[in-house]
Amino acid sequence: MELRTEPFALNIGPVHPSTHGVFRMRTVLDGEVVLDLDPVFGYLHRGIEKLAEERTWDGVIPLTDRLDYVASMSNNLAYVLAVEKLADITVPERAEYLRVIMAELQRIAAHLISVGSFLNDCGAYFTPFLYMYRERENIVDLFDMVCGQRLLYNYMRIGGVSQDIPDEFLPALSKTIPRLRSRIEEYEWLLKENEILLARTKGVGILPRETAIAVAASGPVLRGSGVKWDIRRADPYLVYDRFDFEIPTGQSGDTYDRYRVRVEEMKQSLRIVEQAVEQLPAGPIRAELPHLIRPPAGEAYGHIEAPTGELGFYVVSDGSIAPYRCHIRAPSLMNLTALKDMIVGWKIQDLIVIFGSFAITMGEVDR
Amino acid sequence: MAILDTGLAGAVRRLDAVPPDWPGHPWWHWLVFTVVLIVFVLVMVIVVIYVERRGIAWFAARRGPNRTGPFGVLQAIADAIKVLLKENITPITADKVVYWMAPVAVFAPVIMVFAVVPFQDGALLADLNVAVLFVVAIGAISTIGVFMAGWSSGNKYSMLGAMRMVAAVVSYEIPVVLALASVVLLAGSLSLNDIVIAQERVPFIILQPLGFLLLFVAGCAEINRSPFDLMEADSELTAGFHTEYSGMKFAMFYLGEYGEAVVMATLISTVFLGGWQGPVLPPWLWLIIKIVAVFFLMVWTRATLPRVRIDQLMAVAWKFMFPVALVNLLVIAAETLAWPDALPLWLIPVNLGITGALILLGSKLYRIGWGRVEV
Repeated sequence: MELRTEPFALNIGPVHPSTHGVFRMRTVLDGEVVLDLDPVFGYLHRGIEKLAEERTWDGVIPLTDRLDYVASMSNNLAYVLAVEKLADITVPERAEYLRVIMAELQRIAAHLISVGSFLNDCGAYFTPFLYMYRERENIVDLFDMVCGQRLLYNYMRIGGVSQDIPDEFLPALSKTIPRLRSRIEEYEWLLKENEILLARTKGVGILPRETAIAVAASGPVLRGSGVKWDIRRADPYLVYDRFDFEIPTGQSGDTYDRYRVRVEEMKQSLRIVEQAVEQLPAGPIRAELPHLIRPPAGEAYGHIEAPTGELGFYVVSDGSIAPYRCHIRAPSLMNLTALKDMIVGWKIQDLIVIFGSFAITMGEVDR
Repeated sequence: MAILDTGLAGAVRRLDAVPPDWPGHPWWHWLVFTVVLIVFVLVMVIVVIYVERRGIAWFAARRGPNRTGPFGVLQAIADAIKVLLKENITPITADKVVYWMAPVAVFAPVIMVFAVVPFQDGALLADLNVAVLFVVAIGAISTIGVFMAGWSSGNKYSMLGAMRMVAAVVSYEIPVVLALASVVLLAGSLSLNDIVIAQERVPFIILQPLGFLLLFVAGCAEINRSPFDLMEADSELTAGFHTEYSGMKFAMFYLGEYGEAVVMATLISTVFLGGWQGPVLPPWLWLIIKIVAVFFLMVWTRATLPRVRIDQLMAVAWKFMFPVALVNLLVIAAETLAWPDALPLWLIPVNLGITGALILLGSKLYRIGWGRVEV
């Protein structure tokens, strides 16, 4: 006897344990197999781009904290770089080094959360997640020392950083780096060749090299597909050209490669932080600027390699104290372009894992 | 009147064996044992929930519940009171009758299974001569309850979870039964009491480690413990088949779930770890220690391993465990045929070698397969 079957629609999200916020996927399933997928954004839209037009140039910085809220430092950095480019401000060298140290520590902290929540999506019940949070805590403590905040740092300023590092920062950092390094090694040992993890992620959700370039993917998602593209090398900002570091890439562009790229990047970030601390010069931490800056009329695009990918700020000035327009190129959103093609045909369990491997933050997707 | 001493607290003294002609027992034998078993199951569930929560917390580098009572031992009781006071919500699309029956159908078989579990020589409710069959058959009834819950909730997540559960149980019942069959061959009896007595010389885990591994892994899959916890996969299906349940009905599922874990741990410790046998301590305490130890192993795997995918779950059952279990059964059968009275002890390293060889061979020969479907 032939049983009549039919596909059915299933809403995954906006409230779901594995959608990393309030993302919604309207899927059509045939049993367990995903036939169609329709991503729905906008549940966390706060109008940050419009709000920015109502603030002074400096006043936008706290708004950028709320984009990718697990990587506030990077968001600050991308914005101030864009404004400095627009107003042609030279930043003191010490401030540049401090920015590098903070941005790389932030990359490690953000990748720890990405990897932890990805493994949680794979079904490793909270253990890796909490381990990663434990390591992230070290970095958050360091940020707490320099700016008094633990999540939304608001540390970068146009022309420098808000305050110099306290005396206890560098000793604490030199203790944290070897600890982080040994812990990352330990997790490698636990997870790198875990048979179930390999079975769940190897060959799953392949993003081909050409597609990755065509949809303007960036960050670990692009590098997982084997494209050696990193803004820190391709268009060096700050003092990144003075450091020696590798750009890890994957081969096949599957879920496992994206996970691997993140882990390798953490190791490289530790190297950069070490070198930056070694070369850290003395001097002022902020350029002499008027209280309210008025960049000349014009436009500028500043971009950095944020933990999720190329984070860009396109700012337009009409010569007033506020941005005329502030557009944000959110890497999380751009990376999701290929989501449907990657997921269709896989099972619902793979959907969660593939989606988790993007490590998006909804604050950035919806802005 | 030895039966009266069978209360768990008073069982330190050696009891006289319950006569095997059990239908002739006085009526209070049933009464006492029924009460004892229900109390035992409920207490064990509280114990294993405590072990699980503290164990998982320990593995995940956090503290776990430690505020309610000394070391947080009363947390499960506090949770139980909380959940009893919660509102019972019935979804408007639910099939009411089935929705209400499902929690009972999940929980009742758990207590029934313990009717044939010996707490020491002869101290059991009914010394069935088909006890192993009884355990497997009754244990499978819970699946119907889960499917009823998934179907009647009117929720697609519940339905997916229930479907996965049925697929997993149907597949993993086979390795479980084959592993149990090899034990039955060794012991020469289906009665759990006789199986425990047959392990007087050496526990069966040493005589045939492969059977233990098969039963442990397939058992984890059958009661849906991680890494096979697909039916309620919290990162995918929110809460799986009991997504729509709340209050007391949810508590029944919770009890049933951990009760099943206790059943599986009891079965494993009875047929492979020598059940109530052990030196110095009273037999019932040995059984509890072994149950908690086996359960701790389950907690450990849950805290360590990611979850497998549904097709991989099936592949492991049919392509790997089923053939390996069959070969294992043949080997044990041949050995039992050669030495009908008792297996010589030099077979222990031989069986260990066979275990390693079969696992290596099996893992080389089977492939998990390619998960993508062209649509």
